[in-house]
Amino acid sequence: MYGFEALTFNIHGGYLEAIVRGHRAGLLTTADYNNLCQCENLDDIKMHLSATKYGSYLQNEPSPLHTTTIVEKCTLKLVDDYKHMLCQATEPMSSFLEYIRYGHMIDNVVLIVTGTLHERDVQELIEKCHPLGMFDSIATLAVAQNMRELYRLVLVDTPLAPYFSECLTSEDLDDMNIEIMRNTLYKAYLEDFYKFCQKLGGATSEIMSDLLAFEADRRAVNITINSIGTELTREDRKKLYSNFGLLYPYGHEELAICEDIDQVRGVMEKYPPYQAIFSKMSYGESQMLDKAFYEEEVRRLCLAFEQQFHYAVFFAYMRLREQEIRNLMWISECVAQNQKSRIHDSVVYMF
Amino acid sequence: MSGVALTHASSWGAALVRISPYTFSAIGIAISIGVSVLGAAWGIYITGSSLIGAAIEAPRITSKNLISVIFCEAVAIYGVIVAIILQTKLESVPSSKMYDPESLRAGYAIFASGIIVGFANLVCGLCVGIIGSSCALSDAQNSTLFVKILVIEIFGSALGLFGVIVGIIMSAQATWPTK
Repeated sequence: MYGFEALTFNIHGGYLEAIVRGHRAGLLTTADYNNLCQCENLDDIKMHLSATKYGSYLQNEPSPLHTTTIVEKCTLKLVDDYKHMLCQATEPMSSFLEYIRYGHMIDNVVLIVTGTLHERDVQELIEKCHPLGMFDSIATLAVAQNMRELYRLVLVDTPLAPYFSECLTSEDLDDMNIEIMRNTLYKAYLEDFYKFCQKLGGATSEIMSDLLAFEADRRAVNITINSIGTELTREDRKKLYSNFGLLYPYGHEELAICEDIDQVRGVMEKYPPYQAIFSKMSYGESQMLDKAFYEEEVRRLCLAFEQQFHYAVFFAYMRLREQEIRNLMWISECVAQNQKSRIHDSVVYMF
Repeated sequence: MSGVALTHASSWGAALVRISPYTFSAIGIAISIGVSVLGAAWGIYITGSSLIGAAIEAPRITSKNLISVIFCEAVAIYGVIVAIILQTKLESVPSSKMYDPESLRAGYAIFASGIIVGFANLVCGLCVGIIGSSCALSDAQNSTLFVKILVIEIFGSALGLFGVIVGIIMSAQATWPTK
């Protein structure tokens, strides 16, 4: 029942919630980002980061640093935090935390399959995978020739197995089919996560429904924009949209028939929360759309911390960390390539 | 219905007034201490788990935030005090007078006092516990907030005090008939 979580939440979740709020206090602020943007080279960045929570992860790296090393070590911190929380969690919090990983698993599966298609070495691909999405038999993915084999050999033993029921065809894996597979899997994952949160009830379901609905709508817009001008038919496009969210079902009908960005804008401006995002961009421009969506996502994630005694703070913390790592990667790349004028194009400030 | 209840020999009303007033008194005393301690324990675990987790990243908050735990503990002490007062009000009456209206009145007064104190302390302990948890988490992020949230806790702990006052007034009524 909504409103009475305060009475029993702390039995199993009080300690971990306090820990995750402590981690949130360690996220980089606008002042930190300003310092980082003033850096001249990657060693300066390492020095500034040594004063933050990333310090212990970066201090043993030898110069010269690469941007990939910085990103890798920062991701390691995220993974350590996550594993620390996961091993102390009980049901249903442990299931909730496991759900956060499945998105990364899907990304890793698609990375390996695409890489194999382009004749890359498996070991090299495994090193590029996100550590949160690793599972035991991941290397076997390189052997599969079509989706049925993919499922039968590897994925049936992973938690991704139930998401595959819509994907099982005997078609060969090529670029187009892999993208469709990625989006179908992600759609099934989001719907499953949404149903799980609804079952949990209370403040968790209310806040997570809002966050997941935004995610589903954002993916719908991105799928639409990316498939304009490709061979993806309208029915296929519509099948990739999730069955929940603000845009379901009427927005999906309209998005499915869009043929260019201005039509997408016309559809989205009918929904007040998204109208604010689209009004920030002038006509015909879509590069800023990604950043506008990230900013809106960060705003909603920060709001999740305003309430106590629910699980959405864990989801919000993981997402905010990932955004921070994206910011750090962008800043490091700009500094390394001496393009500091473009730093502010893509850094999303949190607090 | 109530007129019938008092005159008919075998009805619910008659059954209730034939329960010994000592039963009601004993249950009242048990509820006074038992439910108060339930409220205090509930509040302490709510505050304590958040305090431990928050103190990992911000160790400075531990000593100040023990005040929240002390407020919850005070709730249990109120329950003990009232239980001791109530049990001193219990007196023996000869069995001829056990079902007199005066006896019943004394028994019910002790019972009511116990319920008042027990449940007031239960919700007071819960209230202070939940606020104490939020206080610990906010203090870890921003130390200027501690004193302000403490004021809220003080108002919350006044609720238990109200219960104790009314309970003691009720128990002063518990005069058993003289032999």
